[in-house]
Amino acid sequence: MGNTSSMLTQYDIEEVQEHCNNTFSQQEIVSLYQRFCQLDRNSGGFISADEFLSVPEFAVNPLSQRLFRMVDGLNFKEFVAFLSAFSSRATLQHKVEFIFKVYDSDGNGKVAFSDLLDVLRDLTGQFISEQQRELVLTHVLEEAGYKKDSLLVPSDFMKLQILGNTELKMEVEVPVD
Amino acid sequence: MSKLTSSSSELDLDRPNIEDYLPTDSIQEPHAKLRLRDLLDISPTLTEAAGAIVDDSFTRCFKSNPPEPWNWNVYLFPLWCLGVVVRYGILFPGRVLILTFGWIIFLSCYIPVHLLLKGHDKLRKRLERALVELICSFFVASWTGVVKYHGPRPCARPKQVFVANHTSMIDFIVLEQMTAFAVIMQKHPGWVGLLQSTILESVGCIWFNRSEAKDREIVARKLREHVEGADNNPLLIFPEGTCVNNHYTVMFKKGAFELGSTVCPIAIKYNKIFVDAFWNSRKQSFTTHLLQLMTSWAVVCDVWYLEPQNMKPGETPIEFAERVRGIISVRAGLKMVPWDGYLKYSRPSPKHRESKQQCFAESVLRRLEEK
Repeated sequence: MGNTSSMLTQYDIEEVQEHCNNTFSQQEIVSLYQRFCQLDRNSGGFISADEFLSVPEFAVNPLSQRLFRMVDGLNFKEFVAFLSAFSSRATLQHKVEFIFKVYDSDGNGKVAFSDLLDVLRDLTGQFISEQQRELVLTHVLEEAGYKKDSLLVPSDFMKLQILGNTELKMEVEVPVD
Repeated sequence: MSKLTSSSSELDLDRPNIEDYLPTDSIQEPHAKLRLRDLLDISPTLTEAAGAIVDDSFTRCFKSNPPEPWNWNVYLFPLWCLGVVVRYGILFPGRVLILTFGWIIFLSCYIPVHLLLKGHDKLRKRLERALVELICSFFVASWTGVVKYHGPRPCARPKQVFVANHTSMIDFIVLEQMTAFAVIMQKHPGWVGLLQSTILESVGCIWFNRSEAKDREIVARKLREHVEGADNNPLLIFPEGTCVNNHYTVMFKKGAFELGSTVCPIAIKYNKIFVDAFWNSRKQSFTTHLLQLMTSWAVVCDVWYLEPQNMKPGETPIEFAERVRGIISVRAGLKMVPWDGYLKYSRPSPKHRESKQQCFAESVLRRLEEK
């Protein structure tokens, strides 16, 4: 299933479904495939930066660059696995791990103060000064019992999430014709 | 796809407040004290981005939907084959003949009129107008166009412009066969460009170049001059600026709505029963598109001439444009989307991302103050 021909066999669908741990139904996978082919205009087998950024709703998102780095060059199977965190069947742990991966841009399994600062910068832009950002982060970290040089791991994220009183709403509906 | 560039700040002025349309979930409303988990929880922003990856309203506007094949069983298939033979073998050559015949008549009348009546402008213009309407009728006949016009026919009066939704360049031909409009168009290469620079000049046309930012001021001035001229042909503008697939309308550019004249909306809806008239300029050239139309059974469409609108007191040109877009969309059964058609060619300006960032920043600072 290397190249994006417009035919998906039953075997392909089952392979993709297994790879994403059954978080998407077969119909949803077919819809996602149509969408993948629609975005991959030059049929290269993956979606390039230009093709992603040609979706204006994605391009105006403050975290688009970070997400793009995670999804750059993925083939269809990996693309579905990437989106599986947003399925209604995904576990809370899966979603929290996804958020962790967004922060952990160098992939070393630990989130440092600089990573937290980077994401906060993406979200707030020029509307908070760098100094203020550092102060805010240090303040909330200390209040939660961490230090400025602490390294966070996924279980920390999970703990913080469970302590909060609102549910993690991270779901996207795949339109099925 | 050619390189995308950031749109200039001038194009920003065309857009109404997009924040009214986009989901505001990423703005965290509760005024509770700021905690670490609030900063770490980027799920609303991520959900928006993932939602855009999975489906977005902009791409939907330019999707050409292939028709469902109906020839899939034993008795329908031979019928379809017979249809193909009739369409390609009988109708198509017949139509080419009609079109050639039409061109011969047109050119043999147009060229003498254009050259010999140089001194008698009024008469020449009237004859040229009639001839352009004639050749457009021949074009429409060459696709067996079944066009139903509803509403009062446009008349040539100063201080009025006509606006319509845009699906293909044939929109112009369909409208032109009824009334000789002057039109504002993007200059095209090839034989279309040749037609544009010779024949369309006689009905009065204004050219623009999408990729030039300064071009807008020049064009705005030319529009104003044309509208104020007493014996210019009525001006037809397609404010979407690009071809959309006739299921949606994208945002109207405000240029047509700030000329201080009456705006007469025209709604065009094509019936996809025999052929999809959407010209997907990314997928096919205009020649291929025309050939596709000429080898189909018919092009069926409805044209509604709607009630002329004036800018209400206290209304901005952008609000006026959106109001007229609403009128056209409702009449033709199209859905409105909040995107600028030119995003096909350029990326959205940083302004939208910045306003999201500003919202979030303000909420963070505000919640920091809470005790």
